[in-house]
Amino acid sequence: MTVPAHVREEDERLARERKKLARDGSKLKGARLEARLDKSWARPPGIIGWISTVDHKEIGRRYIVTALIFLALGGALALAMRMQLARPDSALIGAARYNELFTMHGTTMMFLFAVPVMQGVALYVLPLMLGTRNCSFPRLAAFSYFTYLFGGLLLWGAFFLNIGPDVGWFAYTPLSGPEYSPGKRADIWAQMVTFTEVAALAVAVVIVCTILKQRAPGMTLARMPLFAWAMLVTGIMIIFSMPSVALASAMLISDRLVGTHFFNHFEHGDALLWQHLFWFFGHPEVYIIFLPATGFVSVIVEAFCRRPVFAYPVVVLALVATGILAFGLWVHHMFTTGLPRVGYSFYTAASMTVAIPTGLQIFCWLATMWDGRPRLEVPMLYVIGFIVTFVIGGLTGVMIASVPLDLQLHDTYFIVAHFHYVLIGGAVFPLLGAIVYWYPKITGRMMNPTLGKIQFWMIFLGFQLAFFPMHLSGLLGMPRRVYTYPAGLGLELPNLLSTLGSLVVGAAVVLFVVNGLVSLFRGAIAPDDPWKAPSLEWATRSPPPPYNFAHIPVAESRTPLWDQPDGLPVVTGLRVDEKELLVTTVVAAAPDMREPVPHASPWPFIAAVAVAIVFIATIFSPWALAMGIVPAAIALAAWFWPKEIKREPEPVIT
Amino acid sequence: MAQAARSEKLSIVVTANQWWWDVEYQSADPSKTLRTANELHLPVGVPVRIQLKSSDVIHSFWVPNLAGKQDLIPGRTSDVTITPEKIGLYRGQCAEFCGVQHARMALNVQVESYADFVNWWERQLVPPKPPANALAAAGYAYVTSGPCSVCHTISGTPAQGRVGPDLTHLASRRSLAAGTLPMGKGNLYGWVADPQSIKPGNRMPTIGLEPDQLHAVVAYLETLK
Repeated sequence: MTVPAHVREEDERLARERKKLARDGSKLKGARLEARLDKSWARPPGIIGWISTVDHKEIGRRYIVTALIFLALGGALALAMRMQLARPDSALIGAARYNELFTMHGTTMMFLFAVPVMQGVALYVLPLMLGTRNCSFPRLAAFSYFTYLFGGLLLWGAFFLNIGPDVGWFAYTPLSGPEYSPGKRADIWAQMVTFTEVAALAVAVVIVCTILKQRAPGMTLARMPLFAWAMLVTGIMIIFSMPSVALASAMLISDRLVGTHFFNHFEHGDALLWQHLFWFFGHPEVYIIFLPATGFVSVIVEAFCRRPVFAYPVVVLALVATGILAFGLWVHHMFTTGLPRVGYSFYTAASMTVAIPTGLQIFCWLATMWDGRPRLEVPMLYVIGFIVTFVIGGLTGVMIASVPLDLQLHDTYFIVAHFHYVLIGGAVFPLLGAIVYWYPKITGRMMNPTLGKIQFWMIFLGFQLAFFPMHLSGLLGMPRRVYTYPAGLGLELPNLLSTLGSLVVGAAVVLFVVNGLVSLFRGAIAPDDPWKAPSLEWATRSPPPPYNFAHIPVAESRTPLWDQPDGLPVVTGLRVDEKELLVTTVVAAAPDMREPVPHASPWPFIAAVAVAIVFIATIFSPWALAMGIVPAAIALAAWFWPKEIKREPEPVIT
Repeated sequence: MAQAARSEKLSIVVTANQWWWDVEYQSADPSKTLRTANELHLPVGVPVRIQLKSSDVIHSFWVPNLAGKQDLIPGRTSDVTITPEKIGLYRGQCAEFCGVQHARMALNVQVESYADFVNWWERQLVPPKPPANALAAAGYAYVTSGPCSVCHTISGTPAQGRVGPDLTHLASRRSLAAGTLPMGKGNLYGWVADPQSIKPGNRMPTIGLEPDQLHAVVAYLETLK
C-alpha cells in the first residue's frame, strides 16, 4: 500500500520539526543542560509565583510545615487537658471548654495533622524516589493544599472566636444534630471535614497516579521502594474511605441546615447510621495514617542496616492485606451499641486478623536489623522506639478486639492509651524519624544529631510515662472525654503521672522544633546522599533542583544507588525548552510517552478560595450553595481552559 | 409482696437523660410501679433485666463491677441482664460522650439482700409524710407550687413534673445531681442555691431563691426520706 502524498509530506514536516526541538542527550548535558532546565522549570517570582507554584516539592513542604504547626497546636491542647486532669475535681478548665479542647485536639490531630502530613511527605518524596520530575496533576496538588489550609483556618479561626466545635472528633448524632447542638459549632466541624476530604482525595489521586504512571524506567512494581507501595495502598484506601465520611458530613450538615432527617429517629432516620458511615471511614483512617509510617520504617531500616528489607514480597503483601482488612473492622468501634451479636464475631475475627500482616512486617524489619549492620543514628532510634511502642499498642489492640473485654474497656482511658500507642508509637515516631532522615534532602543541611538523640529519649520515655498509666486509669474505670473525675477512685496517681509525662513530651517537641529551626541555618551542609541510602531521591542534589533530575534515571534493581555506585544509567530525549516528564507503563515501567507538565497557575488557588467561600457560606445559608458555585465554576473553567492547540510532534521514545 | 416480686421477673427501665438517670421499677400492679433517679437497688443473686432507653442523645450504661457497657440510643431499646453476686455499693457512670456534663453523670448501684431490697421498694412506694414544722411546710408550699414542680415529681403532692429527676425520696439517696455531690444539708443548700456553678450547663436553672425561701426549701427536701 502506498502512502498518500499529503501524509508523507506531513510526516516529513514532523521529522524536520522534531530535529528543531531541544532535548537532553549526548549533546546537551552537564551545566548547559541544567541552565536550560532551570530556565524552563523556574516558577514566576513573588507572591503570585508563591500561590501559583506547581512544584511538588514546594507543595509538599508547605503541607509538611502546615501539618506540623497543627501538630503543635493540637499538642498544646493536649497539655491543657492534662493540666486539668492532673488533679481530681479540678476547676482549672470548665466543662464546656474542656469538651471543646478534646474535640479540637482529636479533630486537629486526625484531620489536620496525621493524614495531611503523611500526604505531604509523600508529595515531596515520592516523585524524587520514583525518579520523575514532578507529581501527576500538580495543579490538583496545589488546589488540595490551599483547600486543606482553608479548612484548618476555618476550624482554628472558629476556635479562637469561641465558636469551635464541642461534639467530639467523631460528632455522634444526635448530639451533633440540630436539636442538641444549636449554634454553629457542629456545622464548623462538619465543613472542616468537607475541606479535608476534598484535599485528601485530591492528593490521593495525585499519589496513586504518580506511583502507577511516573516511575523511572525499569522500576517495575516489584522494584518499587516500599514507601511507594505503602503510599499506593494508602492512596487507594483514601479513595475508598473518604466518600463515606463525605456522605456522612453532607447528611449531617443538611440535617442541621435544611431540616432533613437522616439521623432523626422520630422521622425514621437512624442515629446509628452516622456511626456506621463515620467508622467505615474512621477505621481505615487509622491505617491511612499507619501505612505511610510503615513505609518510612521500611526505608529507614533499609538505609541504616545497609541491607535490603528482608522478604520484600511479604512486606508488600502485608501492606495490601492490611489495606483490605482495614475495611472490615469498623464495627469494633460499635460493640456497645447492641447490634446483633452474631455479626460481632466477624468483626472480632477481622480485628484480630489485621495483627497478622502487621506482625509480619515487624518480623521482616527485625530480620533486616538482625541480618544487617544497624547504625544507631537518630532515624534508626525512632524505628526502634516505634517497634517497642507499637507492639504494646498492637497487643492491647488484639485485647480489645474481643467483645467481652471491649464491653468493659470501650470508651475508657485504656482505649486512649491503646490508640496513642499505635498512633504516636506507630505513626509519629516513624514520622519524626522520617523528618530527620529526609531533612538533609529537603533543606540541604543536617539536623544536629546530639540534640536529636537527647530529644528522642525525652519523647520516648516521656511518652511511656504519659500513656502507660492510662491503661491503669482505664482499667480502674475512668471513662474517656470527662473533664474531671471524683477523688477516691484510685485515679489520682495514674493521672498525675500522665500529666508529668505529657510535659516531658511537650518539652521534647519544643526541642525538636528548635533543632529543626537552628539546623536550617547552622546545620552541617548535607551531601547528596548523607546516609548512603539506596533509593533514587539520594541521586540528585540536596535540596533538589526544580526539575529533580537533569536526566531521568533508570532503575535496574530495588536498591539502584547501591548496585550502581558509579552512576545510574539514564534515559534521554525529554524536551528541555518545555517542562516535560516521562510516563511509563503501570507494571513494567517501560517508557510510554512524554507528558507535558502544567505551568504554574494562580487558578488552583483561586478555585480553592471559591470553594472555601462555598463551604463556609453554606454554614450560614443553603443559598450559598446555589450562588457560590458560580465563582467556583468560573475558577475551574479558567483552570482547565484549553491551551492553544499547536500541532507538535510526538515522537515515541524507544 | 415479697412473694409477688419473686415470682414475676424483676424488670427495670433505665432512661438516660442529659445528665441524669431515670429509673423505673415495673410491676404488673401499677400501684407497685416505682420511679426514682440516679440510684439503682438490686437484690443479690437475682437476674435482673434492665431495659435501656434514652430520651435525648446517646448515652452508655456502665457499672464496671457488674457488667460491660451497653449504649442507650434514642429510638431504640436495648437491654442488659445483670446478676449481682456480692452485696455492696457500686458506681456506674455514663460512658458515651453525651454533652457538656458527661463527666457528671454517675449512678449509685446498691446491691442488697432480697429482704432489704423488698423493704426498700416498699418504703419507696410510700409517699413522704407532710412536713411537721413550719419552716419545712413553707418549703413544701414553695416546692410543690413554685418553679420546682414544673420539672420534678414528688409523689403524693401536686408536684408532678416529668422533665427532671423524681424527688420523692431524695433525702434517702446517697448523692445529689447524678453523683456530683454527696447527699447532705450543706450540699443541698449549695445545689438548690446555684446548680449552674456546681454542674455548669446542666438543665436545672439557678432560680435565685431568697435566703428564707432557700432555708425553707432545704428543710422540706430533707424531710423526703
